[in-house]
Amino acid sequence: MYKYILRRLLLLIPVILGVTFIIFTMMYFTPGDPARIILGEQASETDVQRLRAEMGLDDPFFIQFGRYIKDVAVNQDLGRSYRSNRSVTGELVARFPTTLKLAGLGVLVAVAMGIPIGIISATKQYSFFDNFSMVLALVGVSMPNFWQGMMLILAFSVYLGWFPSSGFSTWKHMVLPALTIGTSTAAVITRMTRSSMLEVVRQDYIRTARAKGQVESKVINRHALKNALIPILTVVGLQFGYLLGGAVLTETIFSIPGLGNLMVQSIRTRDFPMVQGGVLFIAVTFSFVNLIVDILYAYVDPRIRSQYK
Amino acid sequence: MQEKHEEKLVLDQELRDDPVKEDQHRHPEHQIHHDSQTIDAPIESTVNATVSSAMKPANQKKRSQWLEVWRRLKQNKAAMVGLFIITILILSAIFAPWIAPYHYDDQDLLRTFQSPSREHLLGTDNFGRDILSRIIYGSRISLMVGFIAVSISLIVGGFLGAVAGYYGGRLDNIIMRGIDILMAIPSILLAISIVASLGPGLRNVMIAVGIATIPTYARIVRASVITIKDQEFIEAARAVGANDMRIISKHIMPNSLAPLIVQGTLGVANAILSAAGLSFIGLGFQPPTPEWGAMLSQGRQYIRDYWHMTTFPGLAIMTTIFGLNLLGDGLRDALDPRLKN
Repeated sequence: MYKYILRRLLLLIPVILGVTFIIFTMMYFTPGDPARIILGEQASETDVQRLRAEMGLDDPFFIQFGRYIKDVAVNQDLGRSYRSNRSVTGELVARFPTTLKLAGLGVLVAVAMGIPIGIISATKQYSFFDNFSMVLALVGVSMPNFWQGMMLILAFSVYLGWFPSSGFSTWKHMVLPALTIGTSTAAVITRMTRSSMLEVVRQDYIRTARAKGQVESKVINRHALKNALIPILTVVGLQFGYLLGGAVLTETIFSIPGLGNLMVQSIRTRDFPMVQGGVLFIAVTFSFVNLIVDILYAYVDPRIRSQYK
Repeated sequence: MQEKHEEKLVLDQELRDDPVKEDQHRHPEHQIHHDSQTIDAPIESTVNATVSSAMKPANQKKRSQWLEVWRRLKQNKAAMVGLFIITILILSAIFAPWIAPYHYDDQDLLRTFQSPSREHLLGTDNFGRDILSRIIYGSRISLMVGFIAVSISLIVGGFLGAVAGYYGGRLDNIIMRGIDILMAIPSILLAISIVASLGPGLRNVMIAVGIATIPTYARIVRASVITIKDQEFIEAARAVGANDMRIISKHIMPNSLAPLIVQGTLGVANAILSAAGLSFIGLGFQPPTPEWGAMLSQGRQYIRDYWHMTTFPGLAIMTTIFGLNLLGDGLRDALDPRLKN
């Protein structure tokens, strides 16, 4: 098991290098002269040229890339924002808790809704409840997140005035964003739970459990759910990973000062170091969450654990 | 690589060039059911089949197989609802100038922000443009973005996946590690960065959304190529002298069609959503393009006073995606009944 984890961690290195290369290349070719961005539109051409030379922007592409890699890997320095001159690492670390909180709340709402509905749907296949909740789940998957957010704002802040429409300071601010993220994620989890449970309840050991006179609730909770949990875990883990990358659009709608919002702002203002650092940070987080999900499998399922050795 | 060449039997040149023979062992039933029981077209039957008698039955069977899929699809009410929605959408995209009551850019500054009325069924926006007309014209853009973006990722991803799965080994490793890198960046963020470096606009949005979803298709194709490539009918094709390109394009790809069709349908939905999202944050289409996401972004500024500006374009997106999802789910069940719950 430890060997497996170690190997996965080593495999992360080329992936992270690749991500760095891709995002660095994209920013390199994005129109906009960083020196001009820093000095502003009024600066003289000579000043811009001097700063370009100072920042090494006139060097060939690969030398610039090598310097960036060295800064990141050796000095653990992601650079400074072109706009605010604040350290990129500092800004990312400051924003991360907000995104983490939002992702956590969203997944909590999603799991609380998705798993029970999925289980009931599976145990009462083709009933009214099942059909109704499956249509609802499909509607949930089909709704653009940002539109759903706006509709919630329309209903709960504009008309009812129950919750504020922007910011993320008190629990009241968190209700609408968490619902926005939670319901759409719940739709995915519901569908997964249902199909995974349906797969399991057909198995022989479920029939055996029933045949020996086990109470139905125990059959479902103890025998079926435990075995259906793995694919559900995958989906929950993946969704959580995505959300940590910043629910870009949801954060924009509710003006939440998280990672996603920061990324959109930085791309708009061509703040290249911030974009590079941010994408790198998000990719690393995402890969780690995936790794943790894989390790959790092994923990839950001995069959998988034995494969890892 | 090595093994494959050793296995290759040199057969008569005549057989090799005969397209009918190739059709024979692309036995229609294999196109979808690629589990071992259905592989019952042994090499001899391929080789023995005579040119004249082979043509007809093969064609008939092929047709009946798609008819069978259609028959199953027709029984699925949800899928039919989806197909109905998509048909309406395609028709309204084609006939937009005839259906829409106004042109999408007809401004009437005396009638701005009108609530839905008989003249303007869904109201007007801040320039007094008819929202219904803009939504109808917008269906052209959404459909185009959806289909072209998916085509890009299908072609590139499909090619990469097929090559990786077929050749395996080092090539597979290189391609799949590249795919891993793309997958480590959340697709919406990747699309945003690509659009940022290419600049906004219709073409670049399609490219960005297309590139961002390449990994999904590459993985699907690779997985199905790996399950198919060691089966007997592929060996048979190799035995009659088909080269790698021909085996991949004529024998392997048709057999991985089912998951691709399903993913493609759902992919169009995702592409439309992503493109709308890009426009929404101002990186997609430029005004006065009647794109649904851009309309939402515009309506957002007036959400406190004019609910209709945000509600209807969003409903249009949702209905479209809903239809595509219904159809995609239905296609999955129809193409591969084993997957059905």
